[in-house]
Amino acid sequence: MSDPTPADGRTRRFRLFRYRRGDGAPRSETFDVPVGASRTVLEGLRWIKVHADPELAIRHSCFHASCGTCGVRVNGREALACVAALDATTTSVTVEPMANHPVLADLVVDMGPFVDRFTEPHPLVRPVEPAAGPAMSPEGEPHERFEDCIECGLCLSACPVAATDDTYVGPAALAYAQSLLDRGEGDRDAILDWADGPGGAWRCHAAFECTEACPSDVRPAQRIMALRRELVRPRRRR
Amino acid sequence: MSVRPSRLRSAHVLIVGGGGTGGALAHDLALRGVRVTLVERGEFTSGTTGRHHGLLHSGARYAVNDRESAVECIDENLILRRIAPGSFEENDGLFVALTDEDMAYYPSFLEGCEATGIPIEVLTPAQALSMEPGLNPGLRAAVRVPDATMDAMRLPLRFFATAKRNGAELLNHVEVTGLLIDQGVVGGAAIHDHVTGRDAEIRADIVVNATGPWSESVARMAGVDVPIRPSPGVMLAVRGRLCQMVVNRMHASGDGDIVVPQRALSVVGTSSWVVEDPDDLGVPEDHVRRMIEEGSRLLPAVADAPFRAAWSAARPLIGTRGDADSGRELSRTFKTIDHADVDGVEGFVTITGGKGTTLRGMAEVCADVVCRKLGSDEPCRTRETVLLPHTAAFAA
Repeated sequence: MSDPTPADGRTRRFRLFRYRRGDGAPRSETFDVPVGASRTVLEGLRWIKVHADPELAIRHSCFHASCGTCGVRVNGREALACVAALDATTTSVTVEPMANHPVLADLVVDMGPFVDRFTEPHPLVRPVEPAAGPAMSPEGEPHERFEDCIECGLCLSACPVAATDDTYVGPAALAYAQSLLDRGEGDRDAILDWADGPGGAWRCHAAFECTEACPSDVRPAQRIMALRRELVRPRRRR
Repeated sequence: MSVRPSRLRSAHVLIVGGGGTGGALAHDLALRGVRVTLVERGEFTSGTTGRHHGLLHSGARYAVNDRESAVECIDENLILRRIAPGSFEENDGLFVALTDEDMAYYPSFLEGCEATGIPIEVLTPAQALSMEPGLNPGLRAAVRVPDATMDAMRLPLRFFATAKRNGAELLNHVEVTGLLIDQGVVGGAAIHDHVTGRDAEIRADIVVNATGPWSESVARMAGVDVPIRPSPGVMLAVRGRLCQMVVNRMHASGDGDIVVPQRALSVVGTSSWVVEDPDDLGVPEDHVRRMIEEGSRLLPAVADAPFRAAWSAARPLIGTRGDADSGRELSRTFKTIDHADVDGVEGFVTITGGKGTTLRGMAEVCADVVCRKLGSDEPCRTRETVLLPHTAAFAA
């Protein structure tokens, strides 16, 4: 099939964060990747792994911003590598792992602690939600769709509060709590108590970096603000 | 075949490959009480599984030309909805006919769905347009089928999550570098851990090769061949939900004949060709253009929808070199190979072919083979076992 390597041999320089447990401090390493083989950051990382260094540790799955597996920092900004487009004039790019997540190796972070923030009091299965739009099912029910949040962790990486306070549950978990309240799902009082707790919604400094970083238009910061409005309303307890 | 007493409880099975098939197999074997280790050289689902367009097949796509696959799909479709609630947008699918050629295919399509037990509802074009206003208004016929949208990573991760809870050891970023072979018996694998940089050996009574389009290269480590052709397809994601149901073209398989709504995206698929190396696919520009051209025949808004991503994924199709040029001609069914029977190599089983929709069924058939080799007829329990949430796969 077609060869992505351009005939003119032009390359762009990838500067990557490298780290192995037991190898001492992280270092940076550069690779020159054919421009045509790196139309996105993820294509470039794949090219390096296949053609230059099979030891490079990376995460990816869907390649279209639907799974949330390939979150990294590109030139210091949070991005999903799979949709971080590199235009033909870009000659260099720096790729680092997400911040505020434990780094296991190179660009691979441990998602366990991030996911743990969702576990209480939230149900672990994220139910499908009604889809917006005119189309209805033949039975007249609204169609269902998956939630927008893809649990990529970029919001936590971008969060200035999480950078200094690892007890803060962070934007994704709070936004999810708000979405449950919005839909009338889950134990309302338990969710509000949790969001009112020491690592909860009041820790947010309203920097809105999470909303800026979110690749899926969840708008976590706006949801945290909505959650706060719920928290200051008088609660009806049964 | 073994006639000795069952070694099931003392045996160790090593699964190579952390895609949907490997995950479902780990889950199946763990439920049957087998000690399982699974190794995946990258992130789970990073090879082929996670890259698919997210269609839970009704089987209707294969009802005419590949009835074995069609039956597998509809059976598994109904089982998966039961064991993985919340992991599907249960919005059904439409097959729409646009041309004279499509209309000529229509009777065989209806007959194929009937013969394979796929429940359908014939709609008028007006009914179809009222359900999906974005459809090509020139459609000639439409049939509703029980397709659905799945999350291509999170559905398989529920198998991993449940396997882990039941004691399976699941290791990502761990690559098999060779097989341990003693006098024609495979007894484990040499591994390299990309996170720690460590090399080690894992001993096992049976090694299962569940590496999809890579199964040929893993089989070669045991000195055997498997009849697999890595057949990539290009997919295109555009922003916006251009439809709420899955929209398929009613014809024999072709490029750009499906649009799957998924979150706030619409995924248009697919093309098909054949490669030697599934690691190095590329995304041919002309295939992306075909997706836009053909996709917009189904849903005109595809032509102007904002681009989100284009990528390739390699299917593991069963067939030998020279069987097919495009991969379209190859069946989507799956195959379990006990290399003791075929090649005289004991302790090594390959499971390959198949589709995302049939992951559980593939695992059941393969686990039956593995258990028989261990002298056990322990039954499969995955049809009834509701899976844990995907997040449990990441939990410590």
